[in-house]
Amino acid sequence: MATATFRIWRGEKGGGEFRDYSTEITDGMVVLDAVHQIQAEQTGDLSVRWNCKAGKCGSCSAEINGMPKLMCMTRLNSLPLQQPVTIEPMKTFPHIRDLVTDVSWNFRVKERIAKFKPRRPDAPDGTWRTAQVDADRVQEFRKCIECFLCQDVCHVLRDHHMHEEFIGPRFLVYTAALEMQPLDEGDRLQDLKSQFGIGLCNITKCCTKVCPENITITDNAIIPLKERVVDRYYDPLGKLFRMFSPRGT
Amino acid sequence: MAEYLTHEHDVLVIGAGGAGLRAAVEASAAGVKVALVSKSLLGKAHTVMAEGGIAAALADVDDRDNWRVHFADTMRGGQYVNSWRMAELHAKEAPARVRELEAWGAVFDRTVDGRILQRNFGGHRYPRLAHVGDRTGLEMIRTLQDHGIHLGLDVFMEHTILILLKDGDRVVGAFGYDRERGRFHLFRAKAVVLATGGVGRAYKITSNSWEYTGDGHSLAYHAGAALTDMEFLQFHPTGMIWPPSVRGLLITEAVRGEGGVLRNKDGRRFMFDDIPPLYANQTADNEEEGWRYVQGDKNARRPPDLLTRDHVARCIRREVREGRGSPHGGVFLDIAWIKEKIPNAAEHIKKKLPSMYHQFKQLADIDITQVPMEVGPTTHYMMGGVRVDPDSQMASVPGLFAAGECAAGLHGANRLGGNSLSDLVVFGKRAGEYAARFAKNNSLGKVNPEQLAVAERGALKPFEREGAEGPYAVQYALQAMMQDLVGIVRQEQEMLQALDHIQELKARTGRVGVSGHREYNNSWHTAIDLNNLLTVSEIITRAALERKESRGAHFREDYPAKDEQFGQLNIVIQKGADGEVQLRREPIPPMPAELKQIIQEMK
Repeated sequence: MATATFRIWRGEKGGGEFRDYSTEITDGMVVLDAVHQIQAEQTGDLSVRWNCKAGKCGSCSAEINGMPKLMCMTRLNSLPLQQPVTIEPMKTFPHIRDLVTDVSWNFRVKERIAKFKPRRPDAPDGTWRTAQVDADRVQEFRKCIECFLCQDVCHVLRDHHMHEEFIGPRFLVYTAALEMQPLDEGDRLQDLKSQFGIGLCNITKCCTKVCPENITITDNAIIPLKERVVDRYYDPLGKLFRMFSPRGT
Repeated sequence: MAEYLTHEHDVLVIGAGGAGLRAAVEASAAGVKVALVSKSLLGKAHTVMAEGGIAAALADVDDRDNWRVHFADTMRGGQYVNSWRMAELHAKEAPARVRELEAWGAVFDRTVDGRILQRNFGGHRYPRLAHVGDRTGLEMIRTLQDHGIHLGLDVFMEHTILILLKDGDRVVGAFGYDRERGRFHLFRAKAVVLATGGVGRAYKITSNSWEYTGDGHSLAYHAGAALTDMEFLQFHPTGMIWPPSVRGLLITEAVRGEGGVLRNKDGRRFMFDDIPPLYANQTADNEEEGWRYVQGDKNARRPPDLLTRDHVARCIRREVREGRGSPHGGVFLDIAWIKEKIPNAAEHIKKKLPSMYHQFKQLADIDITQVPMEVGPTTHYMMGGVRVDPDSQMASVPGLFAAGECAAGLHGANRLGGNSLSDLVVFGKRAGEYAARFAKNNSLGKVNPEQLAVAERGALKPFEREGAEGPYAVQYALQAMMQDLVGIVRQEQEMLQALDHIQELKARTGRVGVSGHREYNNSWHTAIDLNNLLTVSEIITRAALERKESRGAHFREDYPAKDEQFGQLNIVIQKGADGEVQLRREPIPPMPAELKQIIQEMK
């Protein structure tokens, strides 16, 4: 049996150190399997958050060899095992213990985003008609499993700690999913501009790169939202037009 | 009384998957103060794993569908030991619950004329499953979550409940701990809704996540509530079997709904070899008719690959046992073959089954648009659970309600695919509604400090035994044992052995030790969860011993036939005064004539 070494961050509330654990590896193993095996055989109180082990719940986010990834979807055969595999908690969120971080900020951010507001039903029986092409656009965003890896990698949050000013890629995608929802009549552009900090994103596309659901975060969600904000608030012709239009916006 | 962090609410909902969220939303809408306790982070519950769709007779795709057909399909699938009243309510109310999800922001796949698209699924006569590709559960939980966060719910994420609290006969709250700090919390409430999901972690090969340790079943049982149908545990026919680390991971039935077929190592469509009489009239007898059915031909009958899960799981087991299995001990599930039938098949498969494509590509290096998958049965769903009043979802103990997988009745001996997501919203809503009503008519009860002290002492015991055997070895032993002795095919001798093992494992659990401290300590959580796992394992085994026949998901090698007498009754389980499991056989109440007639007509 082959063995591999895993260099895992151990400690609490930001403090701690890497510790090495060797364990046997078998066919098809993912990083989360190795962590579980180490937990069961060597160090029972190793803290790790996980749930579905199928890439569907987004609980086991971590940084593997420095890359933000889901532990349950990272195959060992995709990593160079001749050197130790480093596993660290996400850096953008407050550390709790070992591999677990406090991601509650994300849940608070979501509550600030104006909720879905459907138009009146299209049919007398209270139902709507939607074309699949219109559904497609938001279905891409609704694939999000809320692993928060995009938040982790975003330098506005990670390096500049602008958690108060910027909602991060996850919630720009969430806002885009609402703004482009075929039935939605809400308007979140003012909030995007003044509270959600959409201008802070300088489209480095790191978020798109780490998304385990392959959501085209920057191109399909953030840039169209930026365009909408620019069209409304920074386009001089449009501004003039709205000044003289009876309804205004 | 020791000082605990104390929370007071009208309604306490334990579990934040589809059923718990829907209950919390409903109770909150009724104007009462609601606490929602979630073992994981919000939105991570097992509902996200549901793939294929939500069953509701919307008749958007086939206008012959209506609640009566859905009712008859559900009863047939459950082999007629279901609660007919729950099956009736479910079939009638599911369409409104689906449309309500749309009104809350869910984006289902669409028909050409813009309605909600519905797909074929095992045991459903017409295309009935509203879906979003193969990630319907995620869509549903996210919709409920995003709707719920604006309703002023008090959400307690990563909290685990240890016991329900009682004042006399009535349930008046719960006591548990938070994972992050390991502090104990007292939740006082006028009504409590259990929505904790299933028991799959008692088995080695399972599609269930770590949370599924039978918490609600066990909490209710120890609080004196009756459980029922615990012998009926569904093994989903198609789990991944290779590589070993993903063994048990679910492969959605939608693969077969979209035209995927089961073959043995000789390439034979073995599902045609054994079609049960109950389904003979509505099952295709040749491959060509089966294909026409999945393509939407209304005159074609359903292919046998889409027979109910219990039957398909046993057929797969038979093929493997008789030496016709695949290299890793399963059979083949082939969707790639549809390229013979339709252009752009690969693109079509990726569009319809995106997460299946992704899952196999990433975890098994297999491209399902090109080659067949290897599949085998995996522990998936507990039909049994808390015995509830069909209309109000109240348990036999006042103030306690249950909904979703941890409640029993709707599915009888075997659940149809797609009937789980609809169960969650139909009965989640009802539980929330009636719990709120109960809360309005009752005040907070008295808490017995002794009950809290005992629970706290019990929970902390493992820390006093540092250096003793850890909890994981005991958990693995239990899982392997239940898989071997109380699995898909059961017999008396093996189940009696299982009971002995359970006693041994209980003793071992009493000696388990953990190291470290209480903050986010996974081994401590595992040690605590063992108690619930053992409780439900014993109940499953005793109920399975008691039902001396084969029906639905419960198959007895020593009683391989159906027995008419057992078809008239449910096995009800309650904790006896001596603390031991007590079983009784309860006759199923007579079905009203109009429902009987529906079943006759749909034969």
